[in-house]
Amino acid sequence: MKHTLSVLLQNKPGALSRVTGLFSGRGFNIESLCVAETFDPKVSCLTLVTRGNDAIVEQITKQLHKLIDVIKVSDISEGEYVEREMVLIRVKAEAHTRAEVLRVIDIFRGKVVDVSPTSYAVEITGSESKIKAVIDLLRPIGIKEVVRTGTIAMARAPKK
Amino acid sequence: MSKITGAQAFVKCLQEEGVDTIFGFPGGVIIDLYDELANSSIKNLLVRHEQGAVHAADGYARASGKTGVALLTSGPGATNGVTGIATAYMDSIPVVVFTGQVPRALIGNDAFQEVDIVGITRPCTKHNYLVSNPEDLVPTIREAFYLASSGRPGPVLVDLPKDIIGSLVDFPEKEEIRMRTYQPHVEAHPGQIAKACQAITEAERPVLYVGGGVILSNSSDELTELAESTQIPVTMTLMGLGAFPGTNPLSFGMLGMHGSYASNMMVAKSDLLIAVGARFDDRITGRLDKFAPDAKVIHIDIDPTSISKNVVVDIPIVADCKHALTAMNAWFKNQQECDLPALAEKYQPWRNQINEWNEKHPLAYIDEGEVIKPQYVIETINRLTNGDAIISTEVGQNQMWSAQFYKFNKPRHLLSSGGLGTMGFGLPAAIGAQMAFPDATVIDIAGDGSIQMNIQELATAKQYNTPVKVAILNNNYLGMVRQWQELFYDKRYAGTPMEVTPDFVELAKAYGAVGLRAKTKSEVEPVIKEALAIKDKVVIMDFAIKREECVFPMVPAGGATTEMLLV
Repeated sequence: MKHTLSVLLQNKPGALSRVTGLFSGRGFNIESLCVAETFDPKVSCLTLVTRGNDAIVEQITKQLHKLIDVIKVSDISEGEYVEREMVLIRVKAEAHTRAEVLRVIDIFRGKVVDVSPTSYAVEITGSESKIKAVIDLLRPIGIKEVVRTGTIAMARAPKK
Repeated sequence: MSKITGAQAFVKCLQEEGVDTIFGFPGGVIIDLYDELANSSIKNLLVRHEQGAVHAADGYARASGKTGVALLTSGPGATNGVTGIATAYMDSIPVVVFTGQVPRALIGNDAFQEVDIVGITRPCTKHNYLVSNPEDLVPTIREAFYLASSGRPGPVLVDLPKDIIGSLVDFPEKEEIRMRTYQPHVEAHPGQIAKACQAITEAERPVLYVGGGVILSNSSDELTELAESTQIPVTMTLMGLGAFPGTNPLSFGMLGMHGSYASNMMVAKSDLLIAVGARFDDRITGRLDKFAPDAKVIHIDIDPTSISKNVVVDIPIVADCKHALTAMNAWFKNQQECDLPALAEKYQPWRNQINEWNEKHPLAYIDEGEVIKPQYVIETINRLTNGDAIISTEVGQNQMWSAQFYKFNKPRHLLSSGGLGTMGFGLPAAIGAQMAFPDATVIDIAGDGSIQMNIQELATAKQYNTPVKVAILNNNYLGMVRQWQELFYDKRYAGTPMEVTPDFVELAKAYGAVGLRAKTKSEVEPVIKEALAIKDKVVIMDFAIKREECVFPMVPAGGATTEMLLV
């Protein structure tokens, strides 16, 4: 089962490699990983997507929490949450396909960020499934390059 | 505030922490630290290999309960220490290891004797640091000692770049350390304690399964009180031996792969397993689905990651063992309706059953006249030291025979690499323990294979007059692997015969120690007596034991603990 973990950790050298080392050292796989400073420059937020049964994920969570640099670990996929990923796609755009590319990315509310005589680079943001859908639609037109950020996620605020 | 050098601050920090002894090996980048240490009252032992330094600091910590300290130079000095660090990590031993590092300007340049020791030791330290600013030096050292010794203890490494050692730093007043990200859960939850105690009153066949956590938290007295007031039988892990007196009628010794028949049977048949400071290691549980299948499990451990890691726990208690056991003892005292003598009476048939198992299959070996049986050597050491000696062991058959046949009555008297199983641990650990207790009898029980892993430390023992005794159970084999080959590999002894072994008696002489040898059973006792009578010298006892002796009982790896091979 897929789990999305949100980890707050001290913004210190080596802190990230402690987290990733814990995964590789225990044979757990990381599907995606996204890290950056939070509004507090001493703290980084890390969104990590992994797979495993509940016992494995519980063990991962506890082990992460044991790391001295880790402030908080939450498995946000346990509740309601929003997730986003951004992708940059360079797609072939020749005379007969330019309009088609624009139509597709318009449907997905993407935008063109770079243009050349033979290609567009487009930016699209959304859930993992939306990203997958747009790639599937652009693939027959001719994708030259794809760069994805990996998922970032945030738990939804309580409704009351 | 007047500034002092990094090296001076280092020594002041050690003194502030009450460090009286450190173990190390100098090198280019830490000359300044050694120079400063020479001005101080801190005893500074020069070992012969950095692995020995960390093991000695570890042995000092295990025996004394204080934090051990090792000082190593950068590069090869640091990497040689890694086995010692990993050993302390697996057994949760408080050790602070300082390593020298090349000057900050050279870090990452493949400079001479540079290695990323913080990267290398990340998975085998509780935490580690590269000090990258002079003003961080003092707070980092203080934090390192705090982390090593609090919560679930463990080794902490501090990497010190040469230019920081040489720079001028402040030495601020020491304040209580508060860390946003580290707050060990020391106190037990009263609700969980009540649940656990209630479960004990409801059980018919309870068992106390005791691990090294009881020793680390100094809670042997509390454990003994709980066991004796309730009359619950006790079994211990290798790391737990001594937490409860081995001669107490409620003690059935070690459980697991080479545990006693009674211990393994009582765990298998129990209806309530009370795990205290133990972590359900695979050497203990054997096949998981057959481990205590009918038991409700209570687990007391300070480390939440240990709970339900291997065995599903019904009543988890995340706390320091001392707090949890104190709370349990208080619960039994304060509950008006709980009649302890009646409880002890209720468990009587259960204890009878366990005693029956124990009488049917006691720890035993077959006497073969004048052939020296290793078990007999350990029994004799036990008898002649009244079970009071501090015993360190190497790893392998010598370790298991020591665990089985030496009756540890006090905590901190068995120093053994349990988790990592490090050959070469025993001799340096014995030196460390002897430094902590100069008047104690300290004996390293070794095999001829593992003693050769750090035998150079005999020179350290000689140089600092730590009169450790080394008992070598010599079978010219790597005995434990040979045993597996005999039982499971059709007696194909690939790589296990030690065809060349030094003459240990001559070797002892070469190191300025005393060498004694026993070739027959009747020579064993006189040799041990003579060794024990020599108070001021290192003594090596070389026992020519039966070559093909095996450790029994034995649970084949991956088997159920009820399926033991017996003598």
